[in-house]
Amino acid sequence: MSRLQMIVNGTPVDIEVDESRYLSDVLRDDLRLTGTKIGCAEAECGICTVLVEGTPVVSCVYPAFKAQGRHVETIEGLEQDGRLHALQQAFLDHGAVQCGICTPGLIMTAKGLLDRKTAANEAVNEADIRAALKDSYCRCTGYQSVINAILQASGQDVPPYLPETRAPETEVGKPRPNPNALAKIRGTARFTDDYHFPGMLFARTKRAHCPHARIVAIDVAAARELDGVRAVLTHEDVPGRNAHGVVSIDWPVLCGRKVRYAGDAVAIVAADTAEIAATALDLIAVEYEEIPAVTDPIAALQPDAPQVHEERPDGNLLKHIKVGKGDIEAGFAAADVVVDLTYRTPTTEHLFLEPECSIGIPAGYNPSRFGGVCDALASRGETAQHDKTTIYVGSQIPYADRDQAAATLGVKPDDVRVVATLMGGGFGGKEDITGQIHAALLAEATQQPVKMLYSRQESLLVHPKRHATIIRMRTGATSDGKLTAVEATLYGDGGAYASLSEKVLTRATTHASGPYDVPNVRVDCFATYTNNVPAGAFRGFGVTQSCFAAESNMDILAGKLGLDPVEFRRRNALDVGSTTVTGQVMRESVGLLECIDKVDTDMRHGDFRWTWDEGHKRLAWGLAVGYKNTGLGGGAPDKATAEVEAWQDPDKGLVAEVRISSAEMGQGLPGVLSACAAEELGVPADNVTVLLGDTDVCPDGGPTTASRQTFVSGNAARHAARDVARKLADAPGTRVVARHEYWAPATQPLGTGGDMHVAFSFVAQAALCEIDMRTGEVQVRRIVAAHDVGRAINPLTLEGQIEGGIVMCIGYALTEHYIQEDGKPWTNVMARYKTPSITHAPPITSHIVEHELSTGPFGAKGMGELPSIVTAPAITNAIYNATGVRVRSLPVDQDTLLHAINAGATEVELGWGDRESIPTIEFGGEH
Amino acid sequence: MTSNWQNYYTPGTVAAALDILQRHEGRARVIGGGTDLLVESRRGLRRPLEAIVDATRIEGLDSISAEDDYLVIGCGVTHTTIVNDPQILRYGQCLAQSCGVIGGPQVRNTGTLAGNVAHALPAGDGTIGLLALGGEVEVASAAGTRWMPAKDTFEGPGRSIIDRHREILTRLRFKRTAANEGSAFHRVMRPQGLCLPIISMATRLKMDGDIITAAGISMGPVGPVPWFAEPAAEILVGGPASEEQFNTAANVALENISLRTSKYRATAEYRETMIRTYLPIILATAARRAGARS
Repeated sequence: MSRLQMIVNGTPVDIEVDESRYLSDVLRDDLRLTGTKIGCAEAECGICTVLVEGTPVVSCVYPAFKAQGRHVETIEGLEQDGRLHALQQAFLDHGAVQCGICTPGLIMTAKGLLDRKTAANEAVNEADIRAALKDSYCRCTGYQSVINAILQASGQDVPPYLPETRAPETEVGKPRPNPNALAKIRGTARFTDDYHFPGMLFARTKRAHCPHARIVAIDVAAARELDGVRAVLTHEDVPGRNAHGVVSIDWPVLCGRKVRYAGDAVAIVAADTAEIAATALDLIAVEYEEIPAVTDPIAALQPDAPQVHEERPDGNLLKHIKVGKGDIEAGFAAADVVVDLTYRTPTTEHLFLEPECSIGIPAGYNPSRFGGVCDALASRGETAQHDKTTIYVGSQIPYADRDQAAATLGVKPDDVRVVATLMGGGFGGKEDITGQIHAALLAEATQQPVKMLYSRQESLLVHPKRHATIIRMRTGATSDGKLTAVEATLYGDGGAYASLSEKVLTRATTHASGPYDVPNVRVDCFATYTNNVPAGAFRGFGVTQSCFAAESNMDILAGKLGLDPVEFRRRNALDVGSTTVTGQVMRESVGLLECIDKVDTDMRHGDFRWTWDEGHKRLAWGLAVGYKNTGLGGGAPDKATAEVEAWQDPDKGLVAEVRISSAEMGQGLPGVLSACAAEELGVPADNVTVLLGDTDVCPDGGPTTASRQTFVSGNAARHAARDVARKLADAPGTRVVARHEYWAPATQPLGTGGDMHVAFSFVAQAALCEIDMRTGEVQVRRIVAAHDVGRAINPLTLEGQIEGGIVMCIGYALTEHYIQEDGKPWTNVMARYKTPSITHAPPITSHIVEHELSTGPFGAKGMGELPSIVTAPAITNAIYNATGVRVRSLPVDQDTLLHAINAGATEVELGWGDRESIPTIEFGGEH
Repeated sequence: MTSNWQNYYTPGTVAAALDILQRHEGRARVIGGGTDLLVESRRGLRRPLEAIVDATRIEGLDSISAEDDYLVIGCGVTHTTIVNDPQILRYGQCLAQSCGVIGGPQVRNTGTLAGNVAHALPAGDGTIGLLALGGEVEVASAAGTRWMPAKDTFEGPGRSIIDRHREILTRLRFKRTAANEGSAFHRVMRPQGLCLPIISMATRLKMDGDIITAAGISMGPVGPVPWFAEPAAEILVGGPASEEQFNTAANVALENISLRTSKYRATAEYRETMIRTYLPIILATAARRAGARS
């Protein structure tokens, strides 16, 4: 230990710390300035940025003693005398805060820029911002709001970007910052890793690191002997069910018999420090007998393929999903033109910037036993007495976490409590269990709080990804531009465990023919087990994949027919009265044609051409359309229960709290719920607070998935608030509570016809792309988008979802590929996975279309996934329009694209990271 | 996981730094910004060291100065400082360009050119920029200090003759470009995966009217070490600054290297295309900056 002296946020600090420490750790652990976040510990993501002598540095790899004697500024130092810094205020005003985990890093990097520019007496422009924030990543916002906020903070008059929406009701329809944004821009918002419980231990997980093997022996004796180790658990120590799964219970909590992918957990350790726990992992000896791995979804279905789950009667076939309508042979017989191509999409990673973290608290925990303070009135947090086994976690499905942890602990669901902390991004990647159950097991084993924090590298290894798919699609149309038939076969790589594969790939199947009225359809989808990382939910939920194939075929068909691609889509677009692939008749709220018109008008504004040259760059527009269901559908019970309590506040008058266990991951749910409740109560939305995700206090809102929360929880909150208002009318001035269980309209299972979903939202996007004809590099210059969302409840956070979703899908098209080699991830560090940075984010023109849904809250339907579906084919359609080269694999590879351009070829089969061309697959078939 | 180092020193003089290195007998290591070492240490990929010697606080070595015909850059100077330095922008433009594309802004705020050169990566951008300028480095050890051409310090990928456990790269220098000289740099990247260059190239040209009278070209990665492309440069000397000559230089460069396909980064063919495309372009840019008419 040595003496470290710094000036932190203007205050001298003098502490004894090891010379081997990093600045981020000293700030967070020793000074408890947890506003500085750690996203990768690789100097890649930039969210840990602080200022040293006014200069932005990444604190995660900055030795603490390098800051000896220096001035250090963190997010906590920005607010002066209770007044927000101009950057903080601007981030609030512009909705540039979503999940909030990267917000401190963005703001501190921007402060470095503004201070430097001010000192030089220079104005800040957009190019400066893009240069300064190049390595300050955000996965939520899409950066447009960030750029505008920084311009505003620099003193320029830049209003928040808000698309035109319907006139607001009293509260609904008004743009407002997300209620939790204030804490996020101050650095006081607490994510799971920001909690420090008295007596807390630190946990690590022993991973398989081989994709397929039988476990011969596990020896943990040496690890248990290590000083500072408090518990080492294996499958033998699991008191209850040793498996979990969101749909099928097939994923071992701790593997005992065999491992099925490199990220499988074999043992868990809790120790006094994370370093000791890591050392203990090295002392655990696991003897394996390796089994050949199957790592390809088509090979997995061959008769001699290694079996991932030997006990399954269907072998590696996880599910064969079929959708059919009309007479496919007759449909193609009637077609004048047919396009038949095969496409491939990559495995992709959510890269939420907060790696997974869970804290387990043993039943009966009292902080005073470990030298902490116990506050009898505290219901949660470090000072609270905890009667039940409790898990603090940022999770998309708190009740499922509770039930699954209880099953493994061998107790009743009511004996476990899940307290939802803020989530630093989810995007579908925080639906499955990761460390929740392990933390709870270790907490009960040690009778101490246990923090299970994943490193970025572990996060990349473990959690389910977006399905890689191979899609053959045949589309036929008549010469007057009417679609006659769509036939498709999809193979989806589900990886080692079921996760949400069946649901995700069902969605890929039912949406495969696009948002069109097609009389004859046949789609077969094979979801398979392999020894790759499991695949599960990811914003777009399978539709992103099949949309790439469908919308590529649509442009090719239009070309063959000599039709304008926009007009071709118009002629086939779903409208009120159309019937979907699954036999659902669209009765209302189908805004697709209006979306197409809005985008088309904007795109064709002025001297429109599909493509033109600017020096060695060629520019071109491309367009794609799509749709996405709202809610679980398919006959699944879809409900949410909200509780609303209202009382008189001496200062504010009537105030209320909405309680519901639905997840906020930055998408803005609290703002939606407070607006819905406030509207019914006749009070300002600021008078309504929202408590999300404490399973002991908040009723079940169901999973935060399937773009369902605005619809189900919004309706539940609205109805409960209406009940409260009614009660208050009878007994004014009293404290009243009402609970409402809202059931979404019933849906029908796939294959039975009728309504498979309660509603669909629609989207059209056009991408203006620039292709460097010297290098094959592709840059998106502009996006024009229109989204039919039913009703904009909060236009500010809605626009944030749109911009962020679009940029995420630009990543899908151009930058992202999670690569595995024979079941081992090559993408094992963040430096090998690039999400779009601010330099990839184009200006976005956004139109909101509001075809109200009668059953939606104030007409709203789900839209969280919608923006992230069609951007990729819009981009590849633009690339085709520019170069005549059809890209059939994502992400676009500049190397092969340039080769094709120079060789005069018309298509590219290899995406970046692909080792082989797209295989040939047959239509239909049984496996 | 044990600590990656026990002591972190920030010596104020070269003598003090050398003294620390000597005391630790090869088990201490010099860093500049520590860009690569600290990331690897944090991930537990490095064998623990006894000590780190941070060379960025050595007095007199944290600035850029003009000495005789040279610009001299201390080992504490960050990429950001180089990028914004008016003298470098004027007299060593390709170095400012090359340092400006290293990592991201935060990394450039701590990373140093000295660290970039001493790290000896085959495509260190700053290194490529310095090489084309004919850069030299000063190395201090217990035996004294010596200047040597930067191009002679590379032994292999990540291997430098400068022993960072016993020696310190204290200063770098290059001769300022004269009015009839120009330099240029270009790098080709891809947006996916590894943040490593597909190809980086730099050049320095001296003109007499339209005739090239001296040339330097550097590029990487085209082999185990950054390449000072003498054969390609020599072919230009005495000839005009013409497109034909520049294409010839690219041909000569390609004849002298065997490009590799590196997985998830680039095919050899793509690299070749980039050299054929961009080497003539940066040569033309440098010639224009040197005042050539065509």
